[in-house]
Amino acid sequence: MAKRIVIPFGPQHPVLPEPIHLDLVLEDEKVVDALLSIGYVHRGLEKLVEKREFPEYVYVIERTCGICSYIHGLSYCQAIEEIMKIEIPERALFLRTMGSEYSRMHSHLLSMGCLADGMGFENLFMNLFKVRERIVDRMEASFGGRIIQGTCKVGGVRKDIDEESLGSIVTEMESIEKELKEITDVLIKDDSVKHRLRGVGMLSKEDAYELGAVGPTARGSGVKIDLRMRGYAAYDRIKFEPVLGTGGDCHSRTAVRVRELFQSADIIKQCAKKIPDGPIEVKYTGNPKGEYFSRVEQPRGEAIHYAKGNGSRFLQRFRIRTPTFANVPPLIHMLKGCDLADVPLIIISIDPCISCVER
Amino acid sequence: MSLFQIAKTTVKSLFSAPATLMYPTKPAKKSKGTRGTLENDINRCIFCGNCQRKCPCVAITVDKNSRTWELDRFRCVSCNCCVEVCPVKCLRMENDYTKPTTDSKMKVLLKSEKPAPAQAPKPVAPPGVANPRSQKPGTPNAPSADSPP
Repeated sequence: MAKRIVIPFGPQHPVLPEPIHLDLVLEDEKVVDALLSIGYVHRGLEKLVEKREFPEYVYVIERTCGICSYIHGLSYCQAIEEIMKIEIPERALFLRTMGSEYSRMHSHLLSMGCLADGMGFENLFMNLFKVRERIVDRMEASFGGRIIQGTCKVGGVRKDIDEESLGSIVTEMESIEKELKEITDVLIKDDSVKHRLRGVGMLSKEDAYELGAVGPTARGSGVKIDLRMRGYAAYDRIKFEPVLGTGGDCHSRTAVRVRELFQSADIIKQCAKKIPDGPIEVKYTGNPKGEYFSRVEQPRGEAIHYAKGNGSRFLQRFRIRTPTFANVPPLIHMLKGCDLADVPLIIISIDPCISCVER
Repeated sequence: MSLFQIAKTTVKSLFSAPATLMYPTKPAKKSKGTRGTLENDINRCIFCGNCQRKCPCVAITVDKNSRTWELDRFRCVSCNCCVEVCPVKCLRMENDYTKPTTDSKMKVLLKSEKPAPAQAPKPVAPPGVANPRSQKPGTPNAPSADSPP
């Protein structure tokens, strides 16, 4: 038996945008065990719910994550609305759906860009970020913020998109799709990318299910989990099917994200065409009393928001289970038995968001 | 053979305009609805303290007695919450981002030039306790924290 050594990985590492620490137990070049430690960016956002009134807490909850902020806000508002039995106008639901899909697109492009950067494909990374810039610009024009759109509020949305912009969204999305097709073909078809990603970080369908993987990590292994199928916001009025992969390796997970990009573009176009006229918010009175579990599909997978109100302006308890938190056990499973050189790629292939995990 | 799949894109990029903006020489892109910098038209302000109470990041301090309105730009997250609750609409969100600074603080203190109304309004709460959060010692916005660290 070869001598075992322990190599620290992170919290500062060129491929990691956020701090996470792994102690990799190696036998020669093979990883036999990985011990994960987090706790570098804990901010105590859940505790803050006792200090901020519930309508203002949405600004805090949106800042849980820098990438999937919109869907955090949406999920929180959804929980409060369910507790208070607030009926949301149709138009607001469609606007929320569009916001979610925009944030999914830019998040997937960021994740794939980081993956390309991780394997040393700088050119692909820059081209992916070039497309992402167009999406982020559109988000800024429509919602007011490049990343933190901040338009969700309890009772509806804060900002409307006018008819003219809705028309331009459809034409712009078509041109973005064309540009995306050219770039993402490289990720799917290029031989060097395939050679680097195929067979790396294998996760079988059974393991993915048993270890509780969510989002593209689970779907890349063929597990059909997509919370959008439950039909929150306006997803029940949109035609789409969950994207499934079969390989269970890094390439399969990336392919799922690529196909989800086109799916998101399609959902945005459907929303822009189907969106009804009407108000974008409703007035409400009173305070939340009761509890609710809100489940939504984030770019990285299923997020659960638990809210409990006691009839005052301040919530009693708030808790988030973020997708990356659920994807950590599958990650550790994938790391066991891989080569040391594949560790960065495997970590990036689950699209980790450490700020989310630690809140 | 798809070994050089990206070659077409690369060659195209070589002959097209740069995708990036040469920022300091060319002005940055601006959108009409961008939430950038918070500004206050102080002479219209009635110092009601709504913005201070609603601010999720405790960036605003309003003092009715000295008729001042203070904003800590480093704490402000440009969420537009104060603009929405302002009863006289003297707050507005400009669409350009805050200029960078080398100082450790970035506070904006605005004092109204208009004199206080002739008859003093009935004080609802003792001055200064409108927002109990900002009164805790050690909170960056507490008056005691204004002294340099």
